[in-house]
Amino acid sequence: MKPRHKKLIAVSGGVTLLVVAGLLVLNAFRSNLVYFRSPTEILSGEVSTQGVLRLGGMVDKGSVKKIPDSLKVEFKVTDFQKCITVRYEGILPDLFREGQGVITQGRLQPDKVFVADQVLAKHDEKYMPPEVANSLKGKAGPKSACETSL
Amino acid sequence: MNWSEFFAMGGYALYVWGSYAAAAIVLLLNVVAARRREQSVRRELQNLQTLNPSDSE
Amino acid sequence: MFDFLHKYASPRNFYDFAGILIPWLAGVTVVLLAIGLYQGLFLAPPDYQQGQSVRIMFIHVPAAWMSMFVYMVLAGAGAVGLIWHLKLAEMTAAAAAPIGASFTFLALVTGSLWGKPMWGTWWAWDARLTSELILLFLYLGFMALQAAIDDPKRAARAGALLALIGVVNIPVIHFSVQWWNTLHQPASVSSIAKIGAPAIHPSLLWPLLIMAIAFTVFFAVVLLMRLRAEILHRERYTHWVAERIKS
Repeated sequence: MKPRHKKLIAVSGGVTLLVVAGLLVLNAFRSNLVYFRSPTEILSGEVSTQGVLRLGGMVDKGSVKKIPDSLKVEFKVTDFQKCITVRYEGILPDLFREGQGVITQGRLQPDKVFVADQVLAKHDEKYMPPEVANSLKGKAGPKSACETSL
Repeated sequence: MNWSEFFAMGGYALYVWGSYAAAAIVLLLNVVAARRREQSVRRELQNLQTLNPSDSE
Repeated sequence: MFDFLHKYASPRNFYDFAGILIPWLAGVTVVLLAIGLYQGLFLAPPDYQQGQSVRIMFIHVPAAWMSMFVYMVLAGAGAVGLIWHLKLAEMTAAAAAPIGASFTFLALVTGSLWGKPMWGTWWAWDARLTSELILLFLYLGFMALQAAIDDPKRAARAGALLALIGVVNIPVIHFSVQWWNTLHQPASVSSIAKIGAPAIHPSLLWPLLIMAIAFTVFFAVVLLMRLRAEILHRERYTHWVAERIKS
């Protein structure tokens, strides 16, 4: 075997090993790389609710209540299995909407209300003009996940 | 659509134009840096030639 | 195949060939950028959710794609240089690094400018954003290594090793949005499930693809420019370089 071929095998072998090792390590740290938790995970006690955590899900339709003359707002976050009420005071991002994704950072109170100090909007990967979006409407799902099924 | 509306970008002017400006700067700097590198190499080569005009293989 | 490579990948032939290619590719870049910008800024409609801010996508997504593509070029060239000691491959890796770093930087900056109005934050330590930041550090580390080692052969070998180790990061960037809960949304165009049916309306997809091709050709132009300078530098004691400098 030519030395060059040996080196080719050594290099490709090394790369393969590194990739496998990297993937294994990443898999092990998977849970630590999670940016937010779902309402089900939080309410079931799967994750520690001590200290600051991030709660992510959909803003339940019809759940947003803005308190007049203030920046205070209350809404429900759902993963279509469980719901958590979130209280927040501050400016909401432009994409904060009912029926859209949201990630809130804060603390879970003993009464299971989540008091957030930061609200981030999470959007999906769909991009289209408004006319197309309008023509797709009408197939919308049930109004509120929190009020109906739960 | 009129021009002031176009530049306003629905209120996102800072973010949209900021992004396009960043892109313009990055593309331009890439070309400038590559040109500069070539110029400095050419200068180095000119110096080599004046030092050693007979030139060796 | 090796003889063939040696003949056409000889620095001298490549130098002349690149010199012919660069003006043509530069012309193509200008035309594509003009079409892409016109489509992206004038023809493309606002997004139904994000309004006009969606136009940041036409810069952000091509820059992010290029940040990964250039890295693969860098690592691939590094591997070829490591195995076959092809000088041209070593030079390609070194020339690609600053260009790739600049695309990564652009992707991060435009992502930040897009994230602030849409998500509500300039930055989040989610898996996608963090792994893209690691990519920038990989580029910078590679460049620092090249600058720190004087002997070009040893510099190329050390750089190639670093680049190959860093390849692990590329699938992490791509799949981060599927593997973990992230703030960043999943892929709209490049996921396997969406081939033939991307989640982007054609009116928004076309300017995106044209800008991506424009960025790719632009990369080729700057890479060839840098390679020509690098070839002159490394071959500075040879006869053919002296000939070309005289003329």
